[in-house]
Amino acid sequence: MHQFNRLFARTILGAGLALATLVAPIASAQAADQFIVVQSTTSTQNSGLLDVILPEFTKKSGIEVRVVAVGTGQAIKNAANGDGDVLLVHAKPAEEKFVADGEGVKRFDVMYNDFVVVGPASDPAGIKGMTDAKAALAKIAEAGSPFASRGDDSGTHKKEQALWKLAGVDVKAAKDWYRETGSGMGATLNVAAGMDAYTLTDRATWLAFQNRGSLEIVTQGDDILFNQYGVILVNPAKHPNVKAEAGQAFIDWLIGAEGQSAIAAYKINGEQLFFPNATATN
Amino acid sequence: MSDVLETPASVTARSLRRSGRSPMPLRVEGLTLTLEGTLVLNDIDLALADDGVTAILGPNGAGKSLLLRCLHGLVTPTRGTILWHHEGRDHAPDLAIRKAQALVAQKPVLLRRSVLANLKFVAGLRRPRPSTDDLMQALREVRLEHLARQNARTLSGGEQQRLALARALLHDPRVLLLDEPSANLDPASTLLIETAIRAARAAGTKVLLITHDMAQARRLADDVVFLHKGRIVEHTSAAAFFDRPSSAEAEAYVKGDILL
Amino acid sequence: MQDFAQSFLLAGGLILEADPALVEIVLLSLQVTLSALLASALIGLPLGALLAVTRFPGRRALVVLTNALMGLPPVVVGLLVYMMLSNAGPLGVLRLLYTPTAMVIAQTILITPILIALTRQVINDLDQEYAETFRSLGVPAPTAIAALLWDGRFSLVTVLLAGFGRAVAEVGAVMIVGGNINHVTRVMTTAIALETSRGDLALALALGLILLTLALAVNALTSLINAPARMSGNVRRA
Repeated sequence: MHQFNRLFARTILGAGLALATLVAPIASAQAADQFIVVQSTTSTQNSGLLDVILPEFTKKSGIEVRVVAVGTGQAIKNAANGDGDVLLVHAKPAEEKFVADGEGVKRFDVMYNDFVVVGPASDPAGIKGMTDAKAALAKIAEAGSPFASRGDDSGTHKKEQALWKLAGVDVKAAKDWYRETGSGMGATLNVAAGMDAYTLTDRATWLAFQNRGSLEIVTQGDDILFNQYGVILVNPAKHPNVKAEAGQAFIDWLIGAEGQSAIAAYKINGEQLFFPNATATN
Repeated sequence: MSDVLETPASVTARSLRRSGRSPMPLRVEGLTLTLEGTLVLNDIDLALADDGVTAILGPNGAGKSLLLRCLHGLVTPTRGTILWHHEGRDHAPDLAIRKAQALVAQKPVLLRRSVLANLKFVAGLRRPRPSTDDLMQALREVRLEHLARQNARTLSGGEQQRLALARALLHDPRVLLLDEPSANLDPASTLLIETAIRAARAAGTKVLLITHDMAQARRLADDVVFLHKGRIVEHTSAAAFFDRPSSAEAEAYVKGDILL
Repeated sequence: MQDFAQSFLLAGGLILEADPALVEIVLLSLQVTLSALLASALIGLPLGALLAVTRFPGRRALVVLTNALMGLPPVVVGLLVYMMLSNAGPLGVLRLLYTPTAMVIAQTILITPILIALTRQVINDLDQEYAETFRSLGVPAPTAIAALLWDGRFSLVTVLLAGFGRAVAEVGAVMIVGGNINHVTRVMTTAIALETSRGDLALALALGLILLTLALAVNALTSLINAPARMSGNVRRA
């Protein structure tokens, strides 16, 4: 028994020491100041784009980029709380409001891709091949085919809401065919694949998504499905903690020649996911 | 076995150091205890001298253990007064009284650690703090020194009782309260325990002993308190109690009849 | 669903080759959860024991409260900690949001009620047995609490394991306050959530299997340390 007591005490002591050494790197990780926090969307992370282009920036500038990937709604809210240095999202009206409210300094276009409507191969609403997004959504509503909505105030959700409005469908009054997942794009795609529902997704997330089930693209190519990404430096005048210099360096790189060509070079299975358009509009 | 019969030298030596301690006689008046509507101790008056061995006898359910716990202050009586004379004045059984006494329960609760650590725990509570050598000596007195490092919870019943007794005697209690210290024990352990009780008595410690063992009571007791159905039926010298009990109940009990 | 077989192969492969990204994530998971466990043990064990042995007005209500807090949803804890640590929050100046420390804080808040409630139960049972002896010996309350904690150590290890399991498996709180930042705050559970949202279910499940293996290893290790002591610990020979 005595030996066990000693063993017990030693184990506790050992665990404590191990912890102490484990905890040490937590402290040191915070000591390095050369990093910025980017509030961004799940689409940029899930598509794998940031994993590829960020190391290039870090190598050149020595600035580490820490990405918090959430829905656009939450990203904007977090940035408005001052919990980030740079905002990289895709909901232009909301971004412009963010700047107008004094939360951000200036908005720059970065890149675009497009949204696509995906649905089951059986295509119960009969919209395969349509290019008119409004009409396609109207047919889904008419057929009462299941539709999975993000329902999370993200950029994609905002776009979807606008499309329903244009199609003249009141989804609030919709019967059980309209299902809000209240979660991210990937989770919503998983739901859609699981219950053979239609859903709206950005092309980048779709291309990188692996659990497609019977889902395929049914509607694409409408100008209205254009998906613009913007980048904004969080306003240091309002949020003194913002690392303005490092944040601006990142923005300058992203909308500059190097960042733009890095974005253009990112492909999955030979398909380009994002199209840089910073110079075109800035 | 003969070495067991001897009074260990250190006990005697320790007892000689005790002269000068204040006596601790007991006076109880009208002690009544009701538990969940049942009267378990009924209007008990009792006066005990501050030395010798008092045996508390009586059939099961007579209230012996509860009386002992009331006297030690572990159970608060419903009515009545219990007064121990201690350091010049009368005390109800409070913390100071409990610390001047020691109780060995019928099933002693030992800590989940080694035999020696059990003594160390109690040693840490008192000043001056006994040394490890003192503790080993205490274990030697109850023949447990070879088990010092063993888990106390794995000792046999007799060993557990002996350890509990060693723990109780560690601080030279003024009063030793024993609740059936040798029930169901092997003869060797019983002998060891009785030897220790005698040594304590010889050293001037007051002993209150609950036992069902008539022969043990005859061997050890100076006086006997006979309890039946929560009342004291008889309190007399041991010789008188065993030779000519004055009550019918006591007579029946001494004869070994079943008392209802 | 061939994902299952694929996941097992993938998990095995990742473990065998000690994939550096995986090692980093596993180490951070352990670091965060063990730190949280240490912090909550320092708070929860004494408080639980205190709640078990003391009697004061409002104690009953406090016991009910800690029992209820055991069911605290991790997301709510995450949200509360986010609101405290956000630059817009009262503790924003500490600059702890999106750091492992923030995750430690969230997990500590999450499991401390569990440690308090379960410790109270363990110590309460032990106190039933020890109380009279301690009163007889005149053991002061702090000494009694320390003795009860030490003598209840084998049961308390199980309590700690319950806390560890809850903390290492939760995702809601660390996702919000840690941000799932690669190389900084990405742990097992947030990595699983990320791979799930990428639709890479096989990899997500493989990571889940590794998490399970980790939990099994921790449990096996403690029971190895515990077993011989337990066998001799509580048996009373008649």
